[in-house]
Amino acid sequence: MSVLAGLKSILGGDARADRVVPPTGYTARLTVFTAGAMAFLAVFAMALSLATGRLADRWGSELARSSTVRISAPDGQMAAQTRAALRVLETTPGVGTARALDEAEQRALLEPWFGPDLPLDSLPIPQLIEVIEVGEGYDAEGLRLRLQAEAPGAVLDDHTRWRRPLIKAADRLRLLGLISILLIALATAAMITLAANAALAANAQVIRVLRLVGARDVFIARAFVRRFTLRALAGAAAGTAAGMIGIALLPQASAAGGFLTGLGFQGLHWLWPLSIPPLAGIVAFSATRVAALRTLKGLM
Amino acid sequence: MIELADVSYSYGGGELLSGIDLTLAPGSFHFLTGPSGAGKTTLLKLCYADLLPSAGRIGMFGQDARAMSRDQIARLRRRIGVVHQDCQFLDHLTLAENLALPLTVAGRDVESEVSNLVELLGWVGLTAQTEALPPQLSGGERQRAALARAVIMDPDVIIADEPTGNIDWDMSLRLLTLLIELNKMGKTILIATHDLNLIRAAKAQVATRVLRISNRQVQLAGADL
Repeated sequence: MSVLAGLKSILGGDARADRVVPPTGYTARLTVFTAGAMAFLAVFAMALSLATGRLADRWGSELARSSTVRISAPDGQMAAQTRAALRVLETTPGVGTARALDEAEQRALLEPWFGPDLPLDSLPIPQLIEVIEVGEGYDAEGLRLRLQAEAPGAVLDDHTRWRRPLIKAADRLRLLGLISILLIALATAAMITLAANAALAANAQVIRVLRLVGARDVFIARAFVRRFTLRALAGAAAGTAAGMIGIALLPQASAAGGFLTGLGFQGLHWLWPLSIPPLAGIVAFSATRVAALRTLKGLM
Repeated sequence: MIELADVSYSYGGGELLSGIDLTLAPGSFHFLTGPSGAGKTTLLKLCYADLLPSAGRIGMFGQDARAMSRDQIARLRRRIGVVHQDCQFLDHLTLAENLALPLTVAGRDVESEVSNLVELLGWVGLTAQTEALPPQLSGGERQRAALARAVIMDPDVIIADEPTGNIDWDMSLRLLTLLIELNKMGKTILIATHDLNLIRAAKAQVATRVLRISNRQVQLAGADL
């Protein structure tokens, strides 16, 4: 029986067949609690994963669309080399705009490190040109060669060395989030398997009677599988709801708050956690079915 | 119908049964007797494939029990009604639900079998106890209920393990009468018992074959039985 067909039969159900297994106390509560707690954690792992994904995309796109040309030249050549570099940039395909920063802008950039009274005139500060890309961007190697020929003091910084580790870090965080979800699913399966095994052991006499009157293994297994799947679904639904409320109550994303305030769902991402209860159901169905059939095969 | 040929059964390094030959022909009535621990229950379990032999062949309705899958064995058990001394009911289900259990596990529509169920409860004299839970029944009522459950699927063979072990003589005779009725309807009966009076009472009413287990072997019992 496929997982889908199995789930369909479970949701359809046969009340009389269900009654053959007596209701159990602590395994029922354990399963509901486990599924709920794991779903709650899964919501946060999913939020972390989606938030870091958005962060990686944002860092990648923002930094990838801009670059800087830095010109270091003797005083007499600075203006000429700046003009030459701007000419080169204006005729480079993929460059949207190229603009030399004025003194006030350069001062503002240095101010956080050196304070407001920096004597720019007396320091050999390089001239910065801000380059904004369009379309597919420019050919960085070709541009470097042309700048080298026209303005020997110009150095192109396309932010690759800054961008790469940031994107790498964000991608790692996203991967950690996905691994967490996987581990949560595995831990859920393990705990539900233990609970199912306990229920099977507690109902050894029931199983014996059922086999005596001609019950096939799948009939006996189904009675347990249906029960555990429905419990996992109920627990996971409650845990997911609690997790989503928790995420909704987090502070809204803001530039001042940085990454932490962006840890949540945005737009259609709010639909993603809704997949957790059915996934928990599938995990419970598979884990209980495997445990039940293995246990039953061990009995003559 | 059920045929054991040179069957042996070992457990825990010891041989409990050795070289058993036994044939349960359709419509036959057998008693199996012998001292406690001789292997009566083990032999019965071999007859309904609750155990498989260590050696030899068990033919069940033309099929080799050892070659059957678990599903095949489960389906085969629906053709064999089993009555245990301890009855083996599900205590959380009512008597009616326990009786209908073989129908439920076979996927049959219990609602459409209600008239059969009612008739069967009347046959064993338990109409008033339909909604009772098994622990609320007396020993005799439980045994008759177990017999009713054993026959609800209209099996070809009925196997009973010490069915009168926990009930008084009057109730034993009542149960025996039901079993003889079933035999007259063509059912094959195999009863394990140490109650020689029960065997004598049966022999007075129906042709029976009495087997005795001794020293791991099955033999025809003497003329005194």
